[in-house]
Amino acid sequence: MQTALIIEQLLNGLQFGVMLFLMAAGLTLIFGVMGLINLAHGSLYMVGAFACATVAAWTGSFWLGLIASLAAAAAAGAIVELVVIRRLYERDHLDQVLATFALILIFSEGTRWVFGSFPLYLDIPALLQGTVPLPGGSRYQLYRLAIIGAGVAVAIGLFLLISKTRLGMRIRAGESDREMIGALGVDVATLYTLVFALGAALAGLAGAMVGAIQSVQVGMGEPVLILAFVVIVIGGIGSIKGALIGAILVGVTDTMGRFLLPQTLMLFMPPSQAALIGGAIASMLIYLLMAVVLALRPRGLFPASG
Amino acid sequence: MAEPVLVVSNLVKNFGALRATDDISLDLRPGEIHALIGPNGAGKTTLINQIAGTIRQDAGSISFAGEDIGRLGVAERARHGLGRTFQISSLAPEFSALRNVMLAVQAVQGSSFRFFRPVMRDRTLTEPAMAALERVGLAARAHLPTSELSHGEKRQIEIAIALALGSKAFMLDEPMAGMGLEGSKRLTEFLAGLRSEAPILLVEHDMNAVFTLADRITVLDYGRIIATGTVAEVRADAEVRRAYLGAET
Amino acid sequence: MASRETIFNLMLAVLLLAVPVWASYGGEPFYVTLATRIAILSLAAVGLNIALGLGGLVSFGHAAFFGIGGYAAGILASHAFSGDPLIFGLPGTKQMIVIWLVATGAGGLAAFLIGLITLRTSGVYFIMITLAFAQMIFYFAISWPAYGGEDGLPIYVRNAFPGVNTLAPLPFFLICYGLLAGGLVLFKLFQDSRFGAALQAVRQNELRVASVGIAPYRIKLAAFVISGMLTAIAGALFADLNRFVSPSMLSWQMSGELIVLIILGGTGRLFGPVAGAMVYVLLEYWLGGVTERWQFFLGLILLGVVLFARGGLIGLIAGRARHG
Repeated sequence: MQTALIIEQLLNGLQFGVMLFLMAAGLTLIFGVMGLINLAHGSLYMVGAFACATVAAWTGSFWLGLIASLAAAAAAGAIVELVVIRRLYERDHLDQVLATFALILIFSEGTRWVFGSFPLYLDIPALLQGTVPLPGGSRYQLYRLAIIGAGVAVAIGLFLLISKTRLGMRIRAGESDREMIGALGVDVATLYTLVFALGAALAGLAGAMVGAIQSVQVGMGEPVLILAFVVIVIGGIGSIKGALIGAILVGVTDTMGRFLLPQTLMLFMPPSQAALIGGAIASMLIYLLMAVVLALRPRGLFPASG
Repeated sequence: MAEPVLVVSNLVKNFGALRATDDISLDLRPGEIHALIGPNGAGKTTLINQIAGTIRQDAGSISFAGEDIGRLGVAERARHGLGRTFQISSLAPEFSALRNVMLAVQAVQGSSFRFFRPVMRDRTLTEPAMAALERVGLAARAHLPTSELSHGEKRQIEIAIALALGSKAFMLDEPMAGMGLEGSKRLTEFLAGLRSEAPILLVEHDMNAVFTLADRITVLDYGRIIATGTVAEVRADAEVRRAYLGAET
Repeated sequence: MASRETIFNLMLAVLLLAVPVWASYGGEPFYVTLATRIAILSLAAVGLNIALGLGGLVSFGHAAFFGIGGYAAGILASHAFSGDPLIFGLPGTKQMIVIWLVATGAGGLAAFLIGLITLRTSGVYFIMITLAFAQMIFYFAISWPAYGGEDGLPIYVRNAFPGVNTLAPLPFFLICYGLLAGGLVLFKLFQDSRFGAALQAVRQNELRVASVGIAPYRIKLAAFVISGMLTAIAGALFADLNRFVSPSMLSWQMSGELIVLIILGGTGRLFGPVAGAMVYVLLEYWLGGVTERWQFFLGLILLGVVLFARGGLIGLIAGRARHG
């Protein structure tokens, strides 16, 4: 019984981690290539979720909704980049933080204006409903497994993109030396818009996928955004590999921590106290993890060189 | 001969496969100007950075006034008396020239943890700072923010800062660069007089200044010392002529 | 001959005092409360301004100190109310002065511990790590049920100040105004002092400071601690004003709000926090009266300020700061 529970929690941790990876990958790409902190990434996550829910409700198809979420998030990202973000590349980080913070307000209140304050609902597609058996006897939601699979596919796709395509080459060059690639004739402006839109699409995808298992509401993106920051600080800003490993680490630590800590403490103290202290520590666990990693590796586990 | 003020022994620094500093040993004796010359990329600034403490050497030792400073940070080495100017002027751009030098005076006097007395009315700070600026000829421009000053004037402020620090030795990284004829002449005269206060390790490309000022010259190429000695000795050295001075005399 | 900035600062100071006094005698206590809110948020931002405006330390976690101050007030008051001893047998208290001392101590200690770790990083890392630490404290506060957890902690009766009827709006406002004035005096003194010179130099060029022999880390840490202490007092006052300590005082939105206050008013300017708090609270009140979506417009205004009016309100009115 216990093994089954552990496996289930581990899978939950993986699923959480995969979703964090989608957010973190976009964030770290944008920072690595453009040197920009983007607080509005959580808003793009939200846009993806809302687009998926709306189109799915309208057409009855989750899959069309998913495509819509990618398109909407990428489009929103591109527009934001062209209108606002462009002006921020040369500015210092404080200005970037503030401007993207302002974007959060605009996106959140704007969404509330259009959709109202009540959450939207998104159903798991028929194809992915139901459960599958796990070793140990229990059953696990097929949809969650699909999320993990999707995340792995995206990770592989990103690695291929970065290492095998010309766009990927330009991205890697841009990460090393921004001015140089401009001098070499690469259309830097378009590259930046593309990278931003790509990051946005990843965020939108994450939002849409999670929207089916949690509710779609305004403000859903910010908690995930902050966790994604923790992920890229742990993994190393600018490194996709770091984002993946950091995300899995954070996802599993958080999920397993919440599950195991109260139980472990129950071996030493009365259950109510264990639940209390365990719960409190579990909520801080990821941040403690980050502090420990930084104490040992101030630039994260896999800092991008240059 | 008096004890050398600065002794660098067998210093090594690698950047990956690149040996930027290849077993360099040199010293700086009281009252002298020791020039460090070499083609671009020879590793002069890297060497200065290691002595100043902005980068950490891979091997070898650095001692100053008899004390091993190899493990100390930049601020501590400065407090020990090692003054340094930068190849690309490094000043606080919003502050005036005066305030930049006052910062150095404040550092020398001890604690920066004084919270209540306004600095601009503190004569123990403003007077020494103004005096240093006068010595470099910049007193008239003292109140302008350094971002508004010319390249040459920023150089002068850096020297004023080094003076205010009362350093026991100076490391000047290409102070003549971008100075123009008149400025270079004045600076050369100034440095000639300065050597009696504290010895100078002078990294320079301006050969006129080097041959006028230097008591000794050390020549660097690809991170190695290829010659060291008096001006006459170095000028006559065949390897130096080949590597650096070219075919011309 | 006073500069434009000094004249504008005086106007703000007088305005902030005159309006609530006038409103109080005119029988409109609501405006007194509004002014109190402005004064308290200003003080919190003055604290942040020391670290951010003078030192260039972009702390996205200052809500931690604001919340710690608030919880100090709330916890002490609730123990005084219930009579239970707090810790080591010590009783709670409802005396404001004691509460402020505890809040300052707790805020300073937290800033010291957090600064010890975070100030070893810089740039983007620093921003994210300060955010993360504040989040850590936020989640802890939510999950610790003894002091309200998610629901927050009520302060049933306003705390006491000797000789003053603190329940009345105007006396309480005057206390807050007095503390704000004190905070501003401290800021000005620090700005002009040797410490301020070193701190502002660190913001402009850290290598330069190290090269003259001043250790930047120590300067930054001291500034961060002082900054945390001031913001914590503001938090204690805020809890008293609302008679309620909400975990949202620890939220990242609160950290963002504090930065917004400074930017709106003018980063590093003496009265920047005051001007910014006025603009922000008044916008919230007026715009909020017009539409529930006022934050949408706040976002647009903020975006406009960042992109086009970089010196904030004081920058617009009095031009760029001169450092002499």
